[in-house]
Amino acid sequence: MAATAIDTAARREKSRWAGLGLSERQAWSLLFVAPYVAIFIGFVLFPVGYSFWLARSPQLYVELAADPIFLRTVINTFVFLVVAINVKMALALFLSGFFTHKRWWVKVLAVLFVLPWAVPSIPTILSVRFMLNPEWGVINQLIFSLTAEDGPNWLNDPALALTLSMLVHIWKSLPFWTLILLAGRLAIPGELYEAASVDGAGAWHRFRYITWPSMSTLYVTCTLLSMIFTVGDFNSVYLLTGGGPADLTHVLATLGIRYLRLDQVGLAMASIVCALPLILPLVYFMMRRLSR
Amino acid sequence: MSPRKFLRTVGFESGLLLIGIPVLLWTLIPIYHMFLFAISPKDAAFSGQLWPTSPTLRNFGTVVGQKHHFLNHFWLQMFNSVIISVGTAAITLFVATAAAFAISRLRMKGGRTVMNLALLTYFIPAAFLAVPMYKTMGMYGLLNNDWALVLAMATIASPYAIWILRQASDKLPVELDEAAMIDGASPFQLFRLIYLPLMVPSLIAVGTYALLLAWNEYLYAFLLLSKDTAITLPVALGNFLSADDSPWELLMTAGFLYALPPAAIYYAFRRYMSSGLTAGAVKG
Repeated sequence: MAATAIDTAARREKSRWAGLGLSERQAWSLLFVAPYVAIFIGFVLFPVGYSFWLARSPQLYVELAADPIFLRTVINTFVFLVVAINVKMALALFLSGFFTHKRWWVKVLAVLFVLPWAVPSIPTILSVRFMLNPEWGVINQLIFSLTAEDGPNWLNDPALALTLSMLVHIWKSLPFWTLILLAGRLAIPGELYEAASVDGAGAWHRFRYITWPSMSTLYVTCTLLSMIFTVGDFNSVYLLTGGGPADLTHVLATLGIRYLRLDQVGLAMASIVCALPLILPLVYFMMRRLSR
Repeated sequence: MSPRKFLRTVGFESGLLLIGIPVLLWTLIPIYHMFLFAISPKDAAFSGQLWPTSPTLRNFGTVVGQKHHFLNHFWLQMFNSVIISVGTAAITLFVATAAAFAISRLRMKGGRTVMNLALLTYFIPAAFLAVPMYKTMGMYGLLNNDWALVLAMATIASPYAIWILRQASDKLPVELDEAAMIDGASPFQLFRLIYLPLMVPSLIAVGTYALLLAWNEYLYAFLLLSKDTAITLPVALGNFLSADDSPWELLMTAGFLYALPPAAIYYAFRRYMSSGLTAGAVKG
């Protein structure tokens, strides 16, 4: 019904415009859209095209495959995407439920909770980095004072360092996704829950039969969007571990930059091209969802 | 209240607290740790205390007075950050407002294609676009120029801005435009007299988004700018890591000062941000 209403409105509008000259309106619209098209051509289309051209040689991919760091990076990226994002989204779903409770202190907490997202990455991630310093960091000092033994050298163990990078990523972006899922929860009509309570439904049943069915699409969309964003998350890894120890904690986002800094632009682009099979299905799916 | 109901209420409330307290600690510890470093004297910062025995503002004095070789250009770098963020917000607003107007109100032919291209750009991971962007800025001769970062950030901010603005604009009734057309308004007058005033809340949301994006950006800033006098504050903070004996208490102090403005802006415009951005981020 809404669609037909819009249709008629559009048709009505068209006839009005036709009287005033359609071409004039189109001319104006071209003028208005021109700045964005210029930016798109100059800073997206040309750079991307040029880079694909730089990455055209098959030799580059042979070289890339021969680099042991590359394989490790691909595995790290997978682990990062699968583990960090699912843990983060599950936490966000859980906490969005927590933040629906109306208590004065929950409101205060909600305001503070957004801080990691509202403040820039670099000082906070470097702060975490120093907390993890094996000699002077507050964490190992605490461990020493409690157990009289030295704590682990956190960032010197690749598995531990990657885990900590994932935790930093979760710390930084959890508030954003929690807020979005909270907005989703608040859009569910309250009467549904009241009716369920009257029927004697417990917390789990209310979640299973009311909350989840209303939220599942939003949840999946958020997860996919978060994956796309996370593939491009440079800060969580670079600022915490710098890709170390021994370049074992790189993800695709930091590897491209590493090659670039080593002046191997071809390899940098080739590594990004290799990420496309991972990204494109996600992008295709998101485009279908969003460009309706 | 029956004792049983009372017990259940107590149980529920303490359950909420059992979630709330860890969340509070998890959220604040890295930020508190930064603050702790900022107010601790140099040697005390490394002692692992939860509150310094003699808190001091000396570090702030050192940073503000630029009294360390890592901080020789602190104010200039802060100024660069301000200029670049404001420039990004201005250009993004200009470009995105106009494009959204053409697509949504003027029903431009091919507007859908433009929107899809913009969305596609939005889905290119930022770290991947960084490599091509760096090479191209070099070709344009813009490296080490503030404009390089402003244009790069506007490129990244615009797609999402256009999308949000188009959604907000689609909600304005077409009758407004029709009435104005009958009165003989030109498309430009429509833009200035009807579209812009009605879009103010979304414009604030989008402007804040672009401003914070540019202020917080590290990767593009450190690729595109390298001269000590051209870099923004985050790049300067990153440069602390290049030396082994970095003064961490000063790094944390400068970082604290750098983190304050975006936090303040976020909280000041939270109303617009949460309604404009979070709703638009996922609504299909």
